Amino acid sequence: MILFFSIALKTYCMNKLLQFSSITGKVIMALAGVFLVTFLGVHLGINLLLLSNDGGRSFSVAAEFMSSNPLIRIFEIVLFAGFLVHIVLGLVVSRQNRASRPVGYVVTNRTETSFLSKYMLHSGIVVLIFLALHFSDYYFVKIGLVAPPEGIGPHDFYAMTLHLFSSTWYALFYIFCFALLGLHLNHAIQSAFQTMGWNHTRYMGAVKVAGTIYSIAISLGFMVIPLYFILFR
Amino acid sequence: MNYTLKIWRQKSAKERGEMVSYQVSDISAEISFFEMLDILNQQLIAEGGDPVAFDHDCREGICGTCSLYINGRPHGPVRGVTTCQLHMRSFSDGEVIHIEPWRSKAFPVVRDLVVDRSALDLIIQAGGYVSVNSGGIPDANTIPVPKHHADTAFDAAACIGCGACVAACPNAAAMLFVSAKVSHLSLLPQGRAEAVKRVQKMVARMDELGFGNCSNTYACEVECPKLISVTNIARMNREFLSAKLFSEKEKIVRDSI
Repeated sequence: MILFFSIALKTYCMNKLLQFSSITGKVIMALAGVFLVTFLGVHLGINLLLLSNDGGRSFSVAAEFMSSNPLIRIFEIVLFAGFLVHIVLGLVVSRQNRASRPVGYVVTNRTETSFLSKYMLHSGIVVLIFLALHFSDYYFVKIGLVAPPEGIGPHDFYAMTLHLFSSTWYALFYIFCFALLGLHLNHAIQSAFQTMGWNHTRYMGAVKVAGTIYSIAISLGFMVIPLYFILFR
Repeated sequence: MNYTLKIWRQKSAKERGEMVSYQVSDISAEISFFEMLDILNQQLIAEGGDPVAFDHDCREGICGTCSLYINGRPHGPVRGVTTCQLHMRSFSDGEVIHIEPWRSKAFPVVRDLVVDRSALDLIIQAGGYVSVNSGGIPDANTIPVPKHHADTAFDAAACIGCGACVAACPNAAAMLFVSAKVSHLSLLPQGRAEAVKRVQKMVARMDELGFGNCSNTYACEVECPKLISVTNIARMNREFLSAKLFSEKEKIVRDSI
């Protein structure tokens, strides 16, 4: 059933999306990406409340606000759409790119250019795996699809987080995923500017620096939380 | 100097190819890469073998005919030069040199190192021109062109259409080539008139021909023998978007009596 659904979705997407011009597809992907990048900042802001020494009170208040405010409920749908568009287009574009060089080179390319820019699909897939895990750990628990861990209520996100980070392996995997997300964002932010056509000698340098600072801030910000729980709890 | 060459040999588009090893010896460091290949070919002919087919024409870096993917880099290890302007002093004695054809779905191999790059011509035919004869040399300043527009257009017009950008791109995208053509025409008043149609037609043709999508790795800019900048790609994206979003619909004029 799931297989059938995924094949149907893929065929539909390929047929529809292939009619897009390459630039239109990329612009939509960039815009969805910019939206997701902004969302990450908000998410990090709430997560950092985990570090405040009040037994998770402020974090729970913020989490409760996010899951009850009607405006944010609507925004959530937009957010899921943003994820879906970015991921599906990413996969479609990567597939087209692979098809455009059916016979590869014997010697791998040695062009001196940004190494990680060639591995956006790979870092993206790691982030996607994390996203799936994150959904089953929190969102599916919240909506009642997955049972919460024993003794924890389905809306007690603070306790769930403590429970997850009590496993060092989980915490290390979390850190690994956010390191890759940081590398993904480092290329993505300046790349989105280029795709939108906003590359100008006057400010592109500043865009690159700001993008790197933002991606480091996001990935380090998320990484600090499990580190704090491993080291100090 | 002595070199071991590993060269892609393929009899025709339909036959399978493979890398074949050759030795060349007593090569002067001051000769060009193609002169070295000429020596190899003379050697092969003398032995009764089949000379290696490769594209070349002006041998002074301006025609865009030469190609070759040398040791993992289009046009070899030196930045801002075509293969014909590459000299053997850029390689160390005893080095193993791998030589492959450009690889892209849109550039099928014809024989050995020769690929068919007519896909680039097809993109030009889709709109890379000015439709009307723009006349002889006008009096100075009758058509005002800001100096920086003239300079930027000239930098973009330096593109010789060799296809190194496609060869270098991990996605075999032709964005640098197309954007250079779009930019050089749209920055000048004679080309500006058709800019809105041109960018849409050229991008559509590029997509049809099976080139990949740009993922902004900027490998093209690094390997371009004419150092065309990726700011041209941003300009093309800008022009394409504004053409799609804001261009005026053409009025259909009916004859009225």
